[in-house]
Amino acid sequence: MTPAEPHWSFLLGRLGPDAIPTEPIVLATFAVVALGGVALLAALTWFRLWGYLWKEWFTSVDHKKIGIMYMVLGLVMFLRGFADALMMRIQQAIAFNGSEGYLNAHHYDQIFTAHGVIMIFFVAMPFVTGLMNYVVPLQIGARDVSFPFLNNFSFWMTASGAALVMASLFVGEFAQTGWLAYPPLSGLAYSPNVGVDYYIWSLQIAGVGTTLSGINLIATIVKMRAPGMTMMRMPVFTWTSLCTNVLIVASFPVLTAVLVLLSLDRYVGTNFFTNDFGGSPMMYVNLIWIWGHPEVYILILPIFGVFSEITSTFSGKRLFGYSSMVYATVVITILSYLVWLHHFFTMGSGASVNSFFGITTMVISIPTGAKMFNWLFTMYRARIRFDLPMMWTVAFMLTFVIGGMTGVMLAVPPADFVLHNSLFLIAHFHNVIIGGVVFGVLAAINYWWPKAFGFRLEPFWGKVSFWCWVVGFWMAFTPLYVMGLMGVTRRMRVFDDPSLQIWFQIAAAGAFLIALGIVAMLIQYTVSILRRDELRDETGDPWNARTLEWSTSSPPPAYNFAFTPIVHDLDAWEDMKRAGVARPVDGFRPIHMPKNTGAGVILAGISAVCGFALIWHIWWLAVASFGALLITAIAHTFNYRRDFHIPAETVAETEATRTRQLAALEGAAA
Amino acid sequence: MPAIPPSLWRLARGAVALPLAALVSGCDWVVLNPSGDIARQQAHLVIVATALMLLIIVPVMALTVVFAWRYRSSNTAATYAPDWHHSTKLELVIWSAPLMIIIALGSITWVTTHTLDPYRPLSRIDAARPLPAGTRPLEVQVVALDWKWLFIYPEQKIATVNDLVLPVDRPVQFRLTASSVMNSFYVPALAGQIYAMPGMESKLHAVLNRTGAFQGFSAQYSGAGFSKMRFVTRGVSAGDFDAWAAGIRKGADALDRTAYLKLEQPSEKEPVRHFASVDPALFDAAVNLCVRPGKMCVNQMMAIDAEGGTGRAGQFNLAGLTYDKFGREQVVPVLPGRQPNGAQLFVNANAYCAGKGPLKEAPPQQRAGRTLSLAAPASSPVS
Repeated sequence: MTPAEPHWSFLLGRLGPDAIPTEPIVLATFAVVALGGVALLAALTWFRLWGYLWKEWFTSVDHKKIGIMYMVLGLVMFLRGFADALMMRIQQAIAFNGSEGYLNAHHYDQIFTAHGVIMIFFVAMPFVTGLMNYVVPLQIGARDVSFPFLNNFSFWMTASGAALVMASLFVGEFAQTGWLAYPPLSGLAYSPNVGVDYYIWSLQIAGVGTTLSGINLIATIVKMRAPGMTMMRMPVFTWTSLCTNVLIVASFPVLTAVLVLLSLDRYVGTNFFTNDFGGSPMMYVNLIWIWGHPEVYILILPIFGVFSEITSTFSGKRLFGYSSMVYATVVITILSYLVWLHHFFTMGSGASVNSFFGITTMVISIPTGAKMFNWLFTMYRARIRFDLPMMWTVAFMLTFVIGGMTGVMLAVPPADFVLHNSLFLIAHFHNVIIGGVVFGVLAAINYWWPKAFGFRLEPFWGKVSFWCWVVGFWMAFTPLYVMGLMGVTRRMRVFDDPSLQIWFQIAAAGAFLIALGIVAMLIQYTVSILRRDELRDETGDPWNARTLEWSTSSPPPAYNFAFTPIVHDLDAWEDMKRAGVARPVDGFRPIHMPKNTGAGVILAGISAVCGFALIWHIWWLAVASFGALLITAIAHTFNYRRDFHIPAETVAETEATRTRQLAALEGAAA
Repeated sequence: MPAIPPSLWRLARGAVALPLAALVSGCDWVVLNPSGDIARQQAHLVIVATALMLLIIVPVMALTVVFAWRYRSSNTAATYAPDWHHSTKLELVIWSAPLMIIIALGSITWVTTHTLDPYRPLSRIDAARPLPAGTRPLEVQVVALDWKWLFIYPEQKIATVNDLVLPVDRPVQFRLTASSVMNSFYVPALAGQIYAMPGMESKLHAVLNRTGAFQGFSAQYSGAGFSKMRFVTRGVSAGDFDAWAAGIRKGADALDRTAYLKLEQPSEKEPVRHFASVDPALFDAAVNLCVRPGKMCVNQMMAIDAEGGTGRAGQFNLAGLTYDKFGREQVVPVLPGRQPNGAQLFVNANAYCAGKGPLKEAPPQQRAGRTLSLAAPASSPVS
């Protein structure tokens, strides 16, 4: 007899009518998203914004615009990832006493997988990359990154990966494996459908973008610093960005390789991670965490930099222990490669191996602790202004130390045996990722927004958002710590023990409080944009800050600096203000700048099509799009019109406007 | 500021205190208050690590609040030293204080990781009682199936599904494996968890010191039925344990390979089941992925590989080795156009071996979106 073959046709591969989800929740979401999407497209058409978007944004190679696009991508995906979180919280709050909740296993298991994947790869990464993109060139006195086209291409590859994840919601399904897709569960034998393939190809495509942007930023920081800015005069944010990008370049290829091996298993029948034929799933677990642990530091290091900048600015003081901060960052960078096994002590390695990785993990807490003390002593004998960025910083310091403490607890292998995979672990990493990365990103947005747009964010709604977030966070995750100590594990869909329900209800209430915080944040942005004239900052330096990005106008001109600044000290802008360095007002020369190109959008678009074809086994389309990818890339190399000069007159005009603006401010002050 | 009426205070106090009391009384902090010696030592370690960390966390948090308050910009009375940014003495303190704590915690980690290694046979029954010489631990073989637990008691020659009964104060040696995907065997009251993985065997040594019923489950997500992959662990006296085992031996169900292969098929919320007898080689066969007659065991393959392979006979070996490469055993290939699949290779190889035509296959079964087709029991085991 011939068993029924899964549906496959030459033209559409595995794609068939059954690819459209039938679950009512997904259908309703689809309807809402489709309507919203159509409305958005219609509005763009109605207001004739397509040309503007294409010319000024999509094809832009300006690091500032790309940085802002990364932040927008992160924000959009954040709303999706947070919706997943709310759905899980609701399910876990009601699935008691024999109730199955409102999500079946097929749907729920996709949600927690998608939540993790989206929050790490398509929220935290774009946020962090966006900040680095926007701030680093300005901080080092450069006019753009080393490879401006590559930067645009990197962004669109990340966006393509995000688009594929979003597509999985409505066409087919996403993986039901947990966010790291451990085999054998993620192998063909136990996940035969498209979910894991969506996972693989969205991460592979976004991973190209991340790796290239890492290379780009390393080259930028190493080669494009203003004269006088030695390594030990680099702003701390630039230092942490450098270390992060080193981590990216060294660890993302491991992720790419391990996903290639998994796709070979799934597509051509190799046996790297299968149960049979000598495959070893444990190898996958090791490899993915060799990427995964540095990834944690890829996210948190730039945020440490953000907090360093903010603490020193709002304290009105030079950062305490700059060199010790730099050494701490470098030590963390190196150590982050030596701890991966602490994610699976319970896989059964020997005691000596487990102790080694446990102790290296604890050792990381020493430089991290030193950083904490450095911020603390920057606040000592300071004049601290509690604007929103500084409020977030204090909230971070108080929240993050608890996350650090629980992290060290998990680093003791025998203690990990009782806490691993429990809600305690979940509370721990949300404590460091929300308390660290998210608080840091929100602080950074409040801090650099005036630089990017020329007006401040409105503080009232920002404070509402702040309090909702901080209280909501503790309300949502304290119950998880408690339940971890009660032996409750992660990724559960239904529960037997009715006494747990109250804890899940509190956690759900906390999540809703965070939701209010997010709403307040969106209101804050909207109100600020509407009232931008009142909130306008024309000084370019609204916080009396210390680094070079504040020496130029807000928003900075396309060329950032009319003349490359010369650096004499750490905190170069503070040094210039103190020395009374005069802004040059004449002698401008034409500025050599890179030209916009649509190649990045096109290449990334084709990549997304190729990924989609591979996911659905539409082989003709995969071959065709891959061919198109190669041809387009080669054709782009023949594009010789990649640069232009901003004429000296234009520069002079822009700078004259700025001179008048500053003079008017001075006049108003006097 | 107007005074707050006392009634409002009472209300506020009640609003805070009542749910707190309800919460604390209603919950069971099993991880910190377990019933087995190993878990108790692990809980102790959690507390020691927390205390050591608090030595530094508490001052840091306190100083953060103090500095943030004292040096706020409106407090112009506080000293302002904008150029103070270095102090060698302070640097020494902020690097060495965490270092000291980590040295202490690291030493504790090194020692306890070795003494509480799950692979290490126990040396005591609890804090007060060392293990009497010559005590033989009770062996329990654990197989994580989709989505239930199989416990084999080789000494008692019985097996159970989702029912783990342990005599108190007798050391237990668990040998664990899984049939399909990774799981983690965890009874919080007894001891920390350990992964149960297909094609591999892991070990856990533990002892239960109190009678009672305790929750056990898989702590590692393993697919659709994961949430309900739970069992009750019962701690009973030695006499009760023997009586329980003897009672089960009176039953009729036998766990032979055929019964195992049926049991192995995915199912959710499986009720407790008892088997009066069990194939003594079953666990080793499960570890080596060769329960189905005709499959070559992984250890056999490794032995052959160690000898440098078998040339043409390798064709046959390849067939016998196919376990679930293209899908759960006997699942049809999901890759289109990929023929012959593993299962058919196996069937063909058997037929080739026996010099007969292909074996018949049973009609397909539909389950959880995957198409299954059960093969007829194969002819001769590989020798």
